[in-house]
Amino acid sequence: MTPEASRPPTRGEASSAVAAVRLEGLVKRFGDAGTGAGAGTGAGDTSGSASADTVLAVAGIDLDIADGEFFSMLGPSGSGKTTTLRMIAGFELPTAGRILLHGEDVTDRPPFERDVNTVFQDYALFPHMSVADNVAYGLVVRKVPGPERQARVADALRMVRLEGYDRRRPGQLSGGQRQRVALARALVNRPRVLLLDEPLGALDLKLREEMQIELKAIQQAVGITFVYVTHDQQEALTMSDRLAVFNRGRIEQVGTPADVYERPATRFVAGFVGTSNLLSGETARAIVGGSGTFTVRPEKIRLAEPDSQPAPDEASAMGTIREVVYLGPDTRYIVALDAGGELVVTQQNIATSSMEALSAKGRTVRLTWKRQHNLPVGEE
Amino acid sequence: MSTPTDARAGPGTRPGIARRLAIWLHPRQGLQLRLLLAGPLGWLAIAYLGALAILLLNAFWEKDAFTGRVEPFAWTLNAFRDLFGHEVYRTVAVRTLIMAVLVTLTDALLAFPIAYYMARIATPRVRAMLVIAVLMPLWAAYLVKVYAWRTILQGNGFMEWALSPFGVESPGLDEIANSWLVLSYLWLPYMILPIYAGLERIPNSLLEASADLGAKAGATFRRVILPLVFPAFVAGSIFTFSLTLGDYITPDLVSDAKFIGNVIYDNSSLGNLPLAAAYSLLPIGIMTVYLLIARRLGAFDSL
Repeated sequence: MTPEASRPPTRGEASSAVAAVRLEGLVKRFGDAGTGAGAGTGAGDTSGSASADTVLAVAGIDLDIADGEFFSMLGPSGSGKTTTLRMIAGFELPTAGRILLHGEDVTDRPPFERDVNTVFQDYALFPHMSVADNVAYGLVVRKVPGPERQARVADALRMVRLEGYDRRRPGQLSGGQRQRVALARALVNRPRVLLLDEPLGALDLKLREEMQIELKAIQQAVGITFVYVTHDQQEALTMSDRLAVFNRGRIEQVGTPADVYERPATRFVAGFVGTSNLLSGETARAIVGGSGTFTVRPEKIRLAEPDSQPAPDEASAMGTIREVVYLGPDTRYIVALDAGGELVVTQQNIATSSMEALSAKGRTVRLTWKRQHNLPVGEE
Repeated sequence: MSTPTDARAGPGTRPGIARRLAIWLHPRQGLQLRLLLAGPLGWLAIAYLGALAILLLNAFWEKDAFTGRVEPFAWTLNAFRDLFGHEVYRTVAVRTLIMAVLVTLTDALLAFPIAYYMARIATPRVRAMLVIAVLMPLWAAYLVKVYAWRTILQGNGFMEWALSPFGVESPGLDEIANSWLVLSYLWLPYMILPIYAGLERIPNSLLEASADLGAKAGATFRRVILPLVFPAFVAGSIFTFSLTLGDYITPDLVSDAKFIGNVIYDNSSLGNLPLAAAYSLLPIGIMTVYLLIARRLGAFDSL
């Protein structure tokens, strides 16, 4: 494969039926084959390992990521999402299964033979090189001629809004600026797939929210497939075209943010993406009127006076406010249900002061919500 | 010493003298520091700098031609005139310098693969064993090691036994190459340890990033590993270079080529102390320059 030059520009290529990334039965077990390398990838406490010495980090994953897609891998630490990303990049070799990039089997290829680039969690900038040299690195080792190289480096730095920083060293930059250099260094190679490993994890909240918007804008501008690993469900919902929810080395659900949030396939997804408001068993029968497990998102529930009458299309339950958490724009109420179990309710503080909100503790209330917001959840 | 019970003593009880002293010293941080450092700094000033100063003065004192006695405070530049007047001193100095450079380069080449294996490939168990293996020779006495090499190198020694089937004669104990061999062996641990530490400090993600950006192993080595570990090389070379520059026992025992140290030793024991002192200023000067360069190259951050 000739990664440079001969390829047409990636922009607007998102048509083909061939997946940008295709994973088939991917398995990674650490501790086999006696290699010490590659341990410590954050795939620590994965259960389901076959023996005491080996850790099953990825337990069989099938996945298609379309060309031009912003795809997130969401899951708690140790769920196998980072290991999966590292296998796509080529830093880890799978124990079993195949990896195809645009239809080409790259399972056993070294990282430098794959048309992907990675933005690392710790940025992995070369401390002995200037910003410009860092960004130019991929072009230099692939022997892109000087004038073209300089033009592309300048373009990349402009895209991440770091013009004028080219002579600085990484050590002289702030976290957010380093993050941008890492992004420019990867994008300047015009990979067909960009892998991002929790790239915003080290930034503070405000900067993170700004970078989310900026990353999404850059992705739409360049049209490159982004595969984005995060443990932050908010981030995944905000940025992704589609996302996969990882748990214990497997994918629990793949879908659009709305799919995953409003129709969680499993109990785990319901809990991890948003607040776990689960009604099951007797409680479910009493309130929802059906058997199985249901979830109701906390912002869909309304607090009403105990003697109010629910509308015909509404479900309702009586309970006592056990705890009130004031969050600024919202207040979160934890309500112990008379029928058993608890529900979390969030209300915007449109007309409520903190005093009023906090004084609600201990009060008996009626919770009402539209029946359509009772979401059935599949069992594991 | 105050006992732990002092700390819980009520306000009514009178604290012990040690405790009162500690309380009195607490706000006087500068005094604490001075008391702490007075001993070691005093020792350095008297035993180390003092000896150096006397050496320096000796170089400018006259040696009585008849009695052989050094006359203190009889100022002269005779020692330096002798040094510059005789070709042999320049030859010895150049020989010593070349040897120091050769030993340093040899150790750098030998140390890197070992250090790399220790830092990046070996399992923790093997790594611990290798660290011990590298340190072990430093526990053995210097003379023992050099005499061991004598028995290896001399006629009827191990070297002759191993080489004779190939028609190569024993090097004997005259060759200057023996000094190169033995000095490289002696100082190797001092090169391995800083490079090992330097390599261990390079995060794995930098090497992954390099491969990710299209660099094969060779390019990663040249563009990432080598520049990052270079200060550690310089740090190691401070030891290999200066130890070779000052050594006089090994050259004496395994070869017949004289080094700067031999000349100084011979002259100090034969009584021409001013000449020995003047000559010893040369390696001191070289090392001063070397250390200044090493500091600019960032070697002291790697120690």
